[in-house]
Amino acid sequence: MWAILSILVENKPGILFKVTHLFRSRNFNIDSISVGVTDNPEYSKMTITTIGDDKQIEQIVKQLDKMIDTVKVEHLDKHKTVYRELSLFKIKLRNANDSMEINKMANAYGAKVHDVKKDSIMVELTATPDQIAAFEELAKPFGILDVARTGVAALQRSGE
Amino acid sequence: MNEMEKMIGAKALMVAMEKEGVKEVFGLPGGANLPMYDEFARCNIRHILTRHEQSAAHMADGFGRVSRKPGVCFATSGPGATNILTGIATAQADSSPMVAVTGQVPVAMIGRDAFQESDIIGMANPVVKYAFQPRTAAEVPEVVRKGFFIAETGRPGPVLIDIPKDVQQNESEMIFPDEFRIRGYHPWADPDIANVERAIDMLVHSEKPIILAGGGTIISSAFAELQAIAETLMLPVVTTFKGKGAFPENHPLSLGPIGMHGHAEANKMMSEADCVLAIGTRFSDRSVGTFEAFEKGLKIIHMDVDPAEIGKNQTAQIAVVGDVRASLRIMVKLLLQKSIKKSEESPWIKHVKETKAYWRENLKLHPGELGAAKILRKLRDLLPKESIVTTEVGQHQMWASLFYDVIQPGTFFSSTGLGTMGWGFPASIGAKVARPDVPVVDIAGDGSFSMTENSLATAVLEDIPVIVLILNNSTLGMVAQWQRTFYDRRMIGVDQGHCPDYVKLAESYGAQGIRAQSMDELDKAIKTALSSDVATVIDVPIDPEEDVLPFVAPGTSLSDMILPS
Repeated sequence: MWAILSILVENKPGILFKVTHLFRSRNFNIDSISVGVTDNPEYSKMTITTIGDDKQIEQIVKQLDKMIDTVKVEHLDKHKTVYRELSLFKIKLRNANDSMEINKMANAYGAKVHDVKKDSIMVELTATPDQIAAFEELAKPFGILDVARTGVAALQRSGE
Repeated sequence: MNEMEKMIGAKALMVAMEKEGVKEVFGLPGGANLPMYDEFARCNIRHILTRHEQSAAHMADGFGRVSRKPGVCFATSGPGATNILTGIATAQADSSPMVAVTGQVPVAMIGRDAFQESDIIGMANPVVKYAFQPRTAAEVPEVVRKGFFIAETGRPGPVLIDIPKDVQQNESEMIFPDEFRIRGYHPWADPDIANVERAIDMLVHSEKPIILAGGGTIISSAFAELQAIAETLMLPVVTTFKGKGAFPENHPLSLGPIGMHGHAEANKMMSEADCVLAIGTRFSDRSVGTFEAFEKGLKIIHMDVDPAEIGKNQTAQIAVVGDVRASLRIMVKLLLQKSIKKSEESPWIKHVKETKAYWRENLKLHPGELGAAKILRKLRDLLPKESIVTTEVGQHQMWASLFYDVIQPGTFFSSTGLGTMGWGFPASIGAKVARPDVPVVDIAGDGSFSMTENSLATAVLEDIPVIVLILNNSTLGMVAQWQRTFYDRRMIGVDQGHCPDYVKLAESYGAQGIRAQSMDELDKAIKTALSSDVATVIDVPIDPEEDVLPFVAPGTSLSDMILPS
């Protein structure tokens, strides 16, 4: 199971280390992680995606909850959550036709195109990890020169 | 109103600790904690000097387990701090309340690989309940208040307070807060009464119910509640090794500890049970064998203060989260309200008693005059029931589990989780400081005792008269047993070569050393030690070939015991 964990923590130094260390020491893997300060500067929110069976996810939630620096730990139901990741792809251009094709793809995915050069183009795609993976598959034949991803940010929909 | 006073950080540390009721600190000074040490001249806290920081941590641990208040140890930065890590990890593994205070290089030097700098916060993080590093003197009082609170509440554990030298030296207006808030810390949950009711129902309707009492039962002092429930529902009681002595081991319903070196009757009955009330236990692999075999055909009711323990190693059908004493109290109350009482002996209880009687009579013991069982039963006979016993780690520890019956609950302590050799002796010193009115005995092996034997200096100079009983086989006996059992008798790295002479060693420290080579001599030696006001080492030579049996081999189940042939 792919799970999204939303973790509200004290905005203090060393906490990212403790959270990631907990995953390592308890034998869990981090699939992606994103961290940012919240509207209240006393807190940061970490969004961690991880893979495990129900029991493992339950255990990691409990271990995170037990940490004194975590204020709130939620295992988000992805059907009731808006979750997005920002990705940047630098893709090779062999000719003008490639540029047109990639622009079309980007349009279809709602992505933005940046930094168009003679032999490369950069695409910014904000989407779910699945959509990003699908876009990556389509981009592969052109030649992907570089990729950077932010990790998932997620918020539960209101009233759910 | 909180008073405000101007003082340096080191002074604030001592004042804050006095407010927490600290009377003793175990430690060793060095460059980075000198300002704290200077304050001992101006406060009412006794400093107990150790010869190694690891021992200081074990003493604080022993003190904490016995007094149920955090024991305090001091160490300097760098090697002083790394030396206490083993002691901190030991306390964490056994949920023991402790506050460790280390000196650190000045704030401006942190991260520059300064002399005696170590990133103790980074190193200790995985083995502490929490770690603080105040960066200004003004933070010290609140850090101490929070540190003690975290160490002793909920599931207890070690807290590290790492104080840079300039933070100790700087002066500030200090506020000693009565109230404070830790947003992410919720040590208590109210037990769910409905789940306790369901638990009673499950126990009453099971054919072969049993109680498994873990270390949490001792930490929360739930002795009376446990006994009331066992007697009301006629439930046999097994314990984990950490829970040894949560229930009087001379009680007719007591079967003793289960596990790798559990009592045969305890392992048998645990394997046959169909429903267990598991109290304050993490179902350690050493206690339950393979997880899959243990839970097969077993309904589990799990009570624990730590919600993260529920479902970690075993799947519980009913979970009651909360202080186990509070949970058991609710159970006692409900049993009274509903007038539930089992008076007749069920076929299960009859079977339990027969099994117990069988193994008490038929477990083959070492034939020698100084077999482990005879030595430890002699010790039991001569010790007042309120005496406190600690153990080292190894064969003697497991023999203590098998043959030293704990009669007064909460008087037996051992390094059960981390299995730290060298723990028992310094821990016995900490225990004696907490309870100077009762005899304190460290049941030791020669290998384990060797690791912290220089604590004899502390026992003698600080006038802390504990007794060390060494079951001396001149061998790292437990390793030797595994080599005999699993490695075709290839004995590598286990021979201690009759070195040192423990009687002379004790005497060289100014302690009393007695060698006992017969049961008569042992009898006299224990009596002499009990009536002496100086630390005593009793050296008892035993057969190096004696194994600890029964033995549940690692990776097997409790029903697969290796028994004496």
